[in-house]
Amino acid sequence: MSLEKIIFYLFATILVLAALRVITSRNPVHSALYLVLCFFSSAALWILLQAEFLAITLVLVYVGAVMVLFLFVVMMLNINLDVMREGFIKYLPIGITVALISVLEMGIVITGNFTLDKFPAPARKAVDYSNTEAIGNVLYTEYLFSFEIAAVLLLVAIVAAIALTMRKRPNTRSQNPSEQVLVKKSDRLHIVKMDAEEKQS
Amino acid sequence: MLEFILDLLFVLLKIFAILLPLLLGVAYLTYAERKLIGYMQVRLGPNRVGPKGWLQPIADALKLMMKEIVIPTNADKFLFVIAPMLAIAPSLAAWAVVPFDEGLVLSNIDASLLYVLAMTSLGVYGIIVAGWASNSKYAFLGAMRSAAQIVSYEIAMGFALVGVLMAASSINLHDIVMQQSGGIWHWYWMPLFPLFLVYFISGIAETNRAPFDVAEGESEIVAGFHIEYSGMTFAVFFLAEYANIILISVLTALMFMGGWLSPFQGIPWFEDTFLAKSSIIWFLSKAAFFAFCFLWFRATFPRYRYDQIMRLGWKVFIPITIIWILVLGAVIAARVSYVTLGVWTVGIVAAYLLLNKIATRAGT
Repeated sequence: MSLEKIIFYLFATILVLAALRVITSRNPVHSALYLVLCFFSSAALWILLQAEFLAITLVLVYVGAVMVLFLFVVMMLNINLDVMREGFIKYLPIGITVALISVLEMGIVITGNFTLDKFPAPARKAVDYSNTEAIGNVLYTEYLFSFEIAAVLLLVAIVAAIALTMRKRPNTRSQNPSEQVLVKKSDRLHIVKMDAEEKQS
Repeated sequence: MLEFILDLLFVLLKIFAILLPLLLGVAYLTYAERKLIGYMQVRLGPNRVGPKGWLQPIADALKLMMKEIVIPTNADKFLFVIAPMLAIAPSLAAWAVVPFDEGLVLSNIDASLLYVLAMTSLGVYGIIVAGWASNSKYAFLGAMRSAAQIVSYEIAMGFALVGVLMAASSINLHDIVMQQSGGIWHWYWMPLFPLFLVYFISGIAETNRAPFDVAEGESEIVAGFHIEYSGMTFAVFFLAEYANIILISVLTALMFMGGWLSPFQGIPWFEDTFLAKSSIIWFLSKAAFFAFCFLWFRATFPRYRYDQIMRLGWKVFIPITIIWILVLGAVIAARVSYVTLGVWTVGIVAAYLLLNKIATRAGT
C-alpha cells in the first residue's frame, strides 16, 4: 500500500468517525467540535487531491469563521437534550427509510456509472502545479458570469439577513464615541476662583 | 523508501531549526516585555536571576513546569487539557510558509497568504474551548468576549490582505516580498498606508494584547479565559500568545515592510556598501521593531471600552479597507505606479496631521 493510500484511509477514517460522533454525541458543544474535526479531515483529503486552494478556503471559511459562530451560539444556549430526544422512537422509521434510500441511490451511482474504468483517476499534476492559479484562471474567464451571479446572490442574502434582524428600538440609549472623544476640558470642568478661607479657631 | 525517510528527516530538521529559535525568542520576548515596560515606568524590571535578570525566563519556565495542574470540578477534562494545545498549534503551524530570506522558506506554496490567514483564524478555538471547558463564569465571559472580538477583526484583517495581494498580484509570501524590491519607497507601507495601519492594529486585537485585552481584563473578569489554568497548561497559553505576537510582527514586516529587503536598495550612494545588501538581518530587525511596538503600546494606552472595540472594528476599519481596495483597483486600472500612489498617500496623511497640529495649537 502506498503512503498516499495510508494517509487517505487515515483521514477518511477520522472523517467518518467524527461525522458519526457529530450525531451521536450527547453534548452539543462536543458535536460542534467534532464537526470542526470533520471539516479538517476533509480539507486534508482535498490537499491529497492537490486542491490546496479549496482545502485552505474550507478551513478559513468553515472552521475559522462559521464554526466559531456556531460554537458561540451553542455554548450560550442551554440545550436540553432529553427534550430533543423525546421524539426519537417516533421518527425512527422515517429516518431509517430516508437513510436506506440514500444509501441505495449512492450505491447505484457508484457501482453503475462511476466505476474506475469509466472515470479513470486523474493523472498526478507536476510538482509546480498551482491549484490556486488554475482556479483563478477559469473562475475569472470561463465562469465569470456564474461567479458574478453567485456574488450578487450572496450580497442579496447579506442585505436580507440584516434587514430581517434589524429592529428600531426607540427606548435604547446609545453613546456617540466620536462626540465623547471631542469633549474638551472646558466643556466639563469649571474652575472657580475663590479666596483662601482661614480656619476659625 | 530510504530516500523518503531521509527527506522526512530533513524536513523534521528544518522544522526544528525554525521552532527552536522561535521558542527561545518567545521566552526572551517575555523578558524583554517586563524589562522594557519596567524602564518605561521608571523601574528596573526583573534583575535577580542571573546577570541583569537574563535567566529569569528559564526560572519562570522551571517554576511553571513544577507546578500542579489543577482541574476544576465538573470541568470537561479532555477539552480542558486539549485547549492550550489548540491555542499553540496553529500559531506554530503558520511558520511553515514564512520566508526568512530569498529562497529560505520551509514550504514555498502558492496559497501561503491564505494559509497564514486560515491558521491565525484558528487560534480562537483554544480560547473558546478553554473558556467553556473550565466550568467558570469568568472564563466563559472572557472566551465570549474574545470570540466576538477575533471574529470582528478578522474581517478587517482579511480585507487588508486583499489589498496586499492586489498590489503584488500574488498570494505567495515570497513573491509578495520580491515585488517590493527597490528601496524603502517601493515597500507596500506607502501605497497601502491605511491597510498597513488597519492590519497591524487588527493584529494587536487578534492576539488579545493591550489595549484590546478585554478578554482577560483583570479589573472586570480577573484573568478571562485562562483563569482556571495553572502550571504548564497556563504556560502553553502564554507561549501561544507570544508566538502569535512574533508571527504578526513577522507578517507585517513581510507584507508591508519588504521582508528581508534593504531600505537602501537603489540609492547610488549606498550601492556598494553592506547596507544595500538584503539579508535576514533586515528581516529580523523589522520584525523586532514591530514586536517592540506591541510592548510599547501596552505600556502606553489604557484598555479600550468594549463597545469602542466593536465600533472601531466594524464601523471604522472595515469601511477604510473597502474604500482603499477601490482606490487600489482604480490605480491598477489607470496604470499609475505604486510609488506615486504611495507618495500621495503618505503626503496627504502627513499634511493632515500637520494641519491638525497647527489648528489645535491655534485653538488653545
